[in-house]
Amino acid sequence: MITRRTLLVGTGASLLAGCDSLTDSPALLRAEDAHRFLQRSVTGRAALARQFRPEQRSPIFRVNGTGNPNTPEYNALAANRFAEWRLRVDGLVARPLSLSLAQIQSLPQRAQITRHDCVEGWSAIGKWQGPRLETVLQLAGIRDSARYIVFHCADRFGGTPYYESVDLIDAFHPQTILAWAMNDATLSVGHGAPLRLRVERQLGYKQAKYVMRIEAVASLAGIGAGKGGYWEDSNGYEWYAGI
Amino acid sequence: MRYGDAMDGSQSRTVYRHRLFTRVWHWLNALAILVLIPSGLMIFNAHPRLYWGHYGANFDHAWLELPRFPGWATIPSHYSLAGARHWHLFFALVLGFGLLAYVIVGLINRHIQRDLRIRRRELAPRALWTDFKAHLALRFHDSEHPRAYNIFQKLSYAGIVFGLIPLLIVSGLAISPGMWPWLADLFGGRQSARSVHFLAMAGMTLFVVVHLTLVILAGPINEVRAMVTGWWRVPEEDR
Repeated sequence: MITRRTLLVGTGASLLAGCDSLTDSPALLRAEDAHRFLQRSVTGRAALARQFRPEQRSPIFRVNGTGNPNTPEYNALAANRFAEWRLRVDGLVARPLSLSLAQIQSLPQRAQITRHDCVEGWSAIGKWQGPRLETVLQLAGIRDSARYIVFHCADRFGGTPYYESVDLIDAFHPQTILAWAMNDATLSVGHGAPLRLRVERQLGYKQAKYVMRIEAVASLAGIGAGKGGYWEDSNGYEWYAGI
Repeated sequence: MRYGDAMDGSQSRTVYRHRLFTRVWHWLNALAILVLIPSGLMIFNAHPRLYWGHYGANFDHAWLELPRFPGWATIPSHYSLAGARHWHLFFALVLGFGLLAYVIVGLINRHIQRDLRIRRRELAPRALWTDFKAHLALRFHDSEHPRAYNIFQKLSYAGIVFGLIPLLIVSGLAISPGMWPWLADLFGGRQSARSVHFLAMAGMTLFVVVHLTLVILAGPINEVRAMVTGWWRVPEEDR
C-alpha cells in the first residue's frame, strides 16, 4: 500500500534521480560556452586579475592537487634539483625548444601576487614569478594553425597523466606565466616544482604543476580523452574555468 | 473583474491578477531556485567552510564550518562538484536573464510601478500595525482593492526582486576568477563574496518557506490557480 509519506519520499527521490540522470545533458553543458562568451565580452580578453600587496598573502598557501608526483623519473630529477630537467616546447611551432631551468630563469621575468581560486571554493594568495608564456611561445615560433596550448605534466592520477590546456587568448594574456618561483623562493615540490602554469583568470585545476612539455595543437581531440584536461576528461569539470 | 458561480454554489468574483509574463517568470524562477539552492549546497559541500576577506583555505580561520549537506538536499544526490556546477551555472543564467527581462517588461507594462511601488502612507506605523493584525487574522487582501498587494507582500517582493536576487547574482559573479576584480572587492574579497552568497541563499530559503506557508494559509488552490491562469477568486469576507 502506498502511503502519502512513501509517495512523497518516492516522488522526491525520483525527482532527484531524474536530476542525477540529466547532469551531463548537452543543454546544461552549453552553459559553459555561454559563460565564456559573456565573461570575455563584458570584461575584455586582456583584463587583468587582481594583484595584491605582499602583506595580503595567505600565511600558509595550501597545496592543491598532487603533492608529489613520486614517479622514479620525477624523483631522479628532483634529487638533482632539476639540473637535468628540460622543458620541451613542440607541436605546431617553427623551432621546437628544449629549455633548462637556468634558461627559463634568464628570460624576461614577471612577478605577480595573485589569488588562487580552487573550484572547491577556497582561495590562497601568493607571489609567482617566471617568464610569460608568450615569451616562450614566441621563442618557439608558434604556427598560425595552432589553436590551443597543452601542458603535459609529470604527475599522475590513478595512472593517468595530468595535463591541461588553454586557448591562445589565455596563453597570450599578460599574467599567464610559467612560474619557477613562489613567494620569493624556488618552487617547492608541493607547489609544482620545477615549473607550473599560472593562468590567473581561471580556477586552480587549470594551474598545471610539474610541467614537462608544452605542445601547440590545432585541436584537443586525441589528447587524453579529448576534453582538454585531466579533470575535464575524468570528472566533467568545465574546460573554461573562469567561473 | 468577472462574476461566476463558485464550486460551493455561492456567488464569487474573480479578478485577473497576474499577467502571462509575470506567471511565466514566476514559474521559471521557482524552477531555477529549486535547482540553484540544492546544487549550491553540493558546491558548498566541496569545501564546507566560510571565511571573510580575500583569501581563506584550510589553515585560515573560518567563521562558519558546517557538516556536509545530505544527499536529499543536494543536486546531484551523490557527491559531484562538477555535476553540481553544470546545474548551477545553467540555472544561474536562467535566474539572471529572467530578472533582467522581468525588470524591463515590468517597467514597460507598468507592473512594477503599479503593483510594487510602496507609498509612504503604507509605511506609517499605524498602517503597518493594521496590516500585521490582518495577517494574523489570515486576511491578506483589501476587499476594496483585491488586486493590490498588501504592504508586506510589496516589501518582500520588492526586496526579493531588487535586493536579494541581485545580491545573489552579483555575489555569485564575484566568486568567479574571470570576472571584474572590483566585483569581489565590493564585498571585501572573494571569500567574503562567497560568504555573502551563502547568507543570501539562506535568506532566499527563508523567503521560499514563508512564501509557501502564506500560500497555504491564503488558500493554496486559489493562489496556485491564479499564478497558473492569472485569475484569482476574491475570498468571501466573514462579516
